[in-house]
Amino acid sequence: MAILECHDLSKRFGSIQALDGVNLSIEPGRVVGLLGPNGSGKTTLIKLANGLLTPTAGELRIDGKAPGKETKALVSYLPDKEYLPEWMNARQLMDFFSDFYADFDRERAAEMLNRLGIDEGMRIKQMSKGTREKVQLILTMSRQAKLYLLDEPIGGVDPATRDYILDTIIRNYNPSAAVVISTHLIADVEQVLDDVIFIRSGRVLLQSSVDTIREEQGKSVDAYFREVFKC
Amino acid sequence: MEWNIRSDLPIYSQLVDLFRQRIASGALPPGERLASVRDLATEAGVNPNTMQRALQELERQGLVFSQRTNGRFVTEDVQIIDASKKALARSQIESFLGAMEKLGYDREGIIALLKEDA
Repeated sequence: MAILECHDLSKRFGSIQALDGVNLSIEPGRVVGLLGPNGSGKTTLIKLANGLLTPTAGELRIDGKAPGKETKALVSYLPDKEYLPEWMNARQLMDFFSDFYADFDRERAAEMLNRLGIDEGMRIKQMSKGTREKVQLILTMSRQAKLYLLDEPIGGVDPATRDYILDTIIRNYNPSAAVVISTHLIADVEQVLDDVIFIRSGRVLLQSSVDTIREEQGKSVDAYFREVFKC
Repeated sequence: MEWNIRSDLPIYSQLVDLFRQRIASGALPPGERLASVRDLATEAGVNPNTMQRALQELERQGLVFSQRTNGRFVTEDVQIIDASKKALARSQIESFLGAMEKLGYDREGIIALLKEDA
């Protein structure tokens, strides 16, 4: 059964149609790229899946259920903004996540922090941007969730941090969970994806596998994306 | 191991080719145990399902076999390895001949040139 499903999903903000009749389905065990230019509706879709927004029309289901308390236990979300309280240190954050999420694997988080040489007593305030991004990702990926929603996880980080983030996503791969990565930096993520969803102006243009696109188009998903979204 | 993956070809078929090259050259000797799918995927920086698909294709070709609990191994059947090696060599020769033909060389001309170099 699909872990995430949308049927004719629409979201309107005043006069702006952020999502317009989206239909898609994501199966467990897949790593999916949600790809589209700025303002195409990626973040809106992810926020709807988290229950942070409600649809104007249509529906979205997580493991067959409408977003709510039950689905929040299944979904691990990495927002596109820094959201962790600055005064907290890494240890307090792990306590916080342990309290909040029954599926948080504290040992795994501690081990990943240790591997990066991040001291558990270090406060968010003291961390560089790259380190904050890594800590947020570690906390997100240390949950044993069914669906990981990563909104722009590699935006604005240096290449070494980007490699670390992609490596962490592969290392934590779980065949019973799906990972959705929203980004416009396609060349960087292409190799770790099973499938891609192209989204433009709130509509799904295409859902396909990376290797199918390469086979049929004879070019990378990045090159194909540039062609489809040519300004 | 080096994993140079080009952007214009399917990733899984490139992984298959890389393994075939390593098996042909002996870098992965007969009977050698392969790392787990997850470790190989992490090392290559590719999706684990794609790595899995490549290994299944190698199994289908008889170059790799899996033991239920122990993992995957390079075949010990030297004939299969030799045949795969020859097929790789042939496709190299074919693309070489194609490139030489574009330069205006016929077979004899190519052979003469090769002898000059040897």
